[in-house]
Amino acid sequence: MLRVNNLTKKFGGLVAVSSVDLEVNEKEIVSLIGPNGAGKTTLFAMVAGFLKADEGEINFENASIVGMKPHQICQRGMVRTFQITQPFAGLTTLQNIMVGAYSNTPQTISARKKAEEVAEVVGMTSLLSQGADGLTVAGRKRLELARALATDPKLLLLDEVMAGLNPAEIDEIVKVIKGIRDRGVTIFLIEHVMKAVMNLSDRTYVLNDGKLIASGTPSSVAENPQVIEAYLGHGAAEAMAEGA
Amino acid sequence: MISASLSMLPAAIINGFMYGAIYALVALGLTLIYGVLHIINFAHGAMLMLALYAAFFLFDLFNIDPYFSILIVTPCAFIFGYLIYRYGIGSLAKGKDQNILLITLGLSIIIENGALFFFSGDQQTVNLTYGFEAFDLGFMYLSYPKVISFFAALLMCAILWAAMSLTDLGRAIRAVAKERQGARLVGINVEHIFAVTFGIGIACLGAAGCMMLPIFYVDPYTGNIFVLVAFTIVVLGGMGSVVGALVGGFIIGITESVGGLLLGESLGQIGISLIFILILIFRPTGLFGSKV
Amino acid sequence: MSNLRRHLAFLVLGALGLIILPYFISSRFYIDVLTLIFFTAYLGQSWNILGGYAGQFSFGGVMFFGTGAYVSSILLTTFGFPPIFGIFLAILGGAFLGLIVGYMSFRSGLKGSYFALITLAFAELLRVLANSVEFTGGGVGLFLTYAPGLSNLQFETPVGFYYFALVLMFISIAIVYWLEGSRFGAQLVAIRENEDAAEALGIDTLRCKIYAIMIMGAMGGAAGTFYSQKYLYLDPPIAYSIHLSVEMLLVTIVGGMGTIFGPLVGAFVLHTVNEVARHFIDTPGLSLIVYGLILIIIIGYLPNGLIGAFKKKEKKSGSNSLDKKRSREES
Ligand SMILES: Nc1ncnc2c1ncn2[C@@H]1O[C@H](COP(=O)(O)OP(=O)(O)O)[C@@H](O)[C@H]1O
Ligand SMILES: [Mg+2]
Repeated sequence: MLRVNNLTKKFGGLVAVSSVDLEVNEKEIVSLIGPNGAGKTTLFAMVAGFLKADEGEINFENASIVGMKPHQICQRGMVRTFQITQPFAGLTTLQNIMVGAYSNTPQTISARKKAEEVAEVVGMTSLLSQGADGLTVAGRKRLELARALATDPKLLLLDEVMAGLNPAEIDEIVKVIKGIRDRGVTIFLIEHVMKAVMNLSDRTYVLNDGKLIASGTPSSVAENPQVIEAYLGHGAAEAMAEGA
Repeated sequence: MISASLSMLPAAIINGFMYGAIYALVALGLTLIYGVLHIINFAHGAMLMLALYAAFFLFDLFNIDPYFSILIVTPCAFIFGYLIYRYGIGSLAKGKDQNILLITLGLSIIIENGALFFFSGDQQTVNLTYGFEAFDLGFMYLSYPKVISFFAALLMCAILWAAMSLTDLGRAIRAVAKERQGARLVGINVEHIFAVTFGIGIACLGAAGCMMLPIFYVDPYTGNIFVLVAFTIVVLGGMGSVVGALVGGFIIGITESVGGLLLGESLGQIGISLIFILILIFRPTGLFGSKV
Repeated sequence: MSNLRRHLAFLVLGALGLIILPYFISSRFYIDVLTLIFFTAYLGQSWNILGGYAGQFSFGGVMFFGTGAYVSSILLTTFGFPPIFGIFLAILGGAFLGLIVGYMSFRSGLKGSYFALITLAFAELLRVLANSVEFTGGGVGLFLTYAPGLSNLQFETPVGFYYFALVLMFISIAIVYWLEGSRFGAQLVAIRENEDAAEALGIDTLRCKIYAIMIMGAMGGAAGTFYSQKYLYLDPPIAYSIHLSVEMLLVTIVGGMGTIFGPLVGAFVLHTVNEVARHFIDTPGLSLIVYGLILIIIIGYLPNGLIGAFKKKEKKSGSNSLDKKRSREES
């Protein structure tokens, strides 16, 4: 569904993403992990059309999307969320989600209906009339997810939707994400919270200093000594084994 | 017609340089404020107009030569700028950059109409004893005031540049410009530095107003003429760039006088807004990047 | 939805009141003041669409007004083209100018203060051009003849112009009323609140902003025809005056950006202040000083304008359990 070849991005002297190849197939949940500053968000930004890649190919459903604008990519069925949440702060939760819903219908009534449905899916029904600027961190993360989902995407790019949440909140959102996959949406997510990734993803890519250093099933990646050494640091292997 | 214009071209260019130096000083104040505080002072023109009036009244009431007034008006302008930032703009303008633009717009409306209210709408000029004496360059006459203003403006730019690179205060200002949080952490009083910078920016106007009065006029709307000029110089030279302001000042001064010569009085004014639009659209970082 | 319905009731009642008002006012002075209020409210509303809803502040909004005024006036003076049709070409002219300005500035990513300043520069550019070419009458200006009649959009009494301005203002309110309930309006607001998020959610932000400035331009164009047919004279400083650009944003910001009635409330308040100030001290500049002060106070303390301040009070006096919950969650 999504195929990325030789994707590269430099910021001045810094190579943020370096010749990355990866693939996401339909109905999969694929995760991208790596330490802070590894280049994960930058990779998402290029895939979603927010940043121009210096080199490389990005194919979505067998067509190149290089050079397309974010809204065009969204209209083709791929939508991203933001790690640093970007709510429409002056609007209510409902209005926020409706903006996403409008991408498929010009009708206000059907956009509202769609938004209410999506709110149900992500568990925000009780917050619909609340102003987005008054949401908690967990609420904002959910709102990111809800808005994106309201566009009826085929592929959802989630950037650290679990960061900053407590374990109970994480369990809930993991359920929500699984539910979304079961409705037929493919999911590509960046995550830091290891336990959740282990539970959630079919396959995992590991990025370090802009380069892919491992890929495969979560458990095989977790056992990969290169990953443990270069990325997780000492003592993390046990922690991960416990988590998985 | 064209050949007559061409024979006057050298004179127009030299005139452009003369005005360009003063424009540069005006723009320097604007670009300094932008470079450090990241705000656009829309009241810049109106404050320049106030400085022109200050110099005018010092001459009119106390017979003080405008060039001598520089020593009086410049420090007063600094204090005015410091106070108005510290107790006005700085505390009111939170968040969006447009808000500061609007607040300084409000300020310019108040200043402009305050001047209209108190000083009337009449144009004022000064007659200096040496106002009509001039250097004969062979192909043109260059009045004393123009030459004095030119060198005074260059001197001011040089002093400012030296102060910014050599003094502790200058270093503190540059530190704040580069790294607000870092400067705060090493114990620099950032709010104070902001107000000082704003004050210095307005002090430039104080000096520029004194230098401009002998070769120009003042009325409550004089500021309007220079708002777009100053902005154009600043975007041309690159927001925050000192060298850029100087070069930009000369370019705009020359564009204006040569444009007036070749295109006529009216259409000649087109250069400034056209340059402003083209630069913003095609090269928003200006010709000299955007660092202080 | 119920909110919109309440607005609608308010709208109909208010409209009826304004329609019959001239039958109760014999003073030409008050009719003229009200006409001016409607006219600035209308221009403010055009600014509101791009500035209040889409969040793109312009400092040169007058350019559409001036261009529209020149289009219909030149058509009238040179070709005898009747303004009742000329106004539509003025609308087209304004929209087309909006397309050019919007495309050039938004495509190169200008926003915030830079967009505000580039519109100022465009207005100045047009002023210089209008001053330098012949078909605008140059610096001498254009004189229109007074020949009352609907085809000329001129009227024998001030009440005629009162209704002309009132119709314009009703149309502008209808446009914004439609905007509030439409997808396009929601997209503009999304752009205002967070442009990146809007783009990520499939909104063609460039196109939406260009449409918004075209609507603003179209509305400004019609205002130009109104003005030139009422005052019968046009020159570059009038057509492209920065004061009108400022007035457009001022009435909207004072009344409340991004609200249906903000521009009308702002225009009413500011014109009243103006008339009262003039009544006591008739010295030039005084009312503008007050305008400047009001602008600073509103930006500093009432970012949502008078309407926002009023609404907040309403909210505060009502139940606020939700607010409490919110503040607890935030801390
Ligand atoms: N716009 C930018 N300009 C310069 N450097 C950037 C920019 N965005 C990200 N970087 C740098 O690129 C690297 C990768 O960042 P990012 O993709 O955000 O990492 P991650 O999401 O994996 O934490 C970091 O070193 C970051 O500082
Ligand atoms: Mg990241």
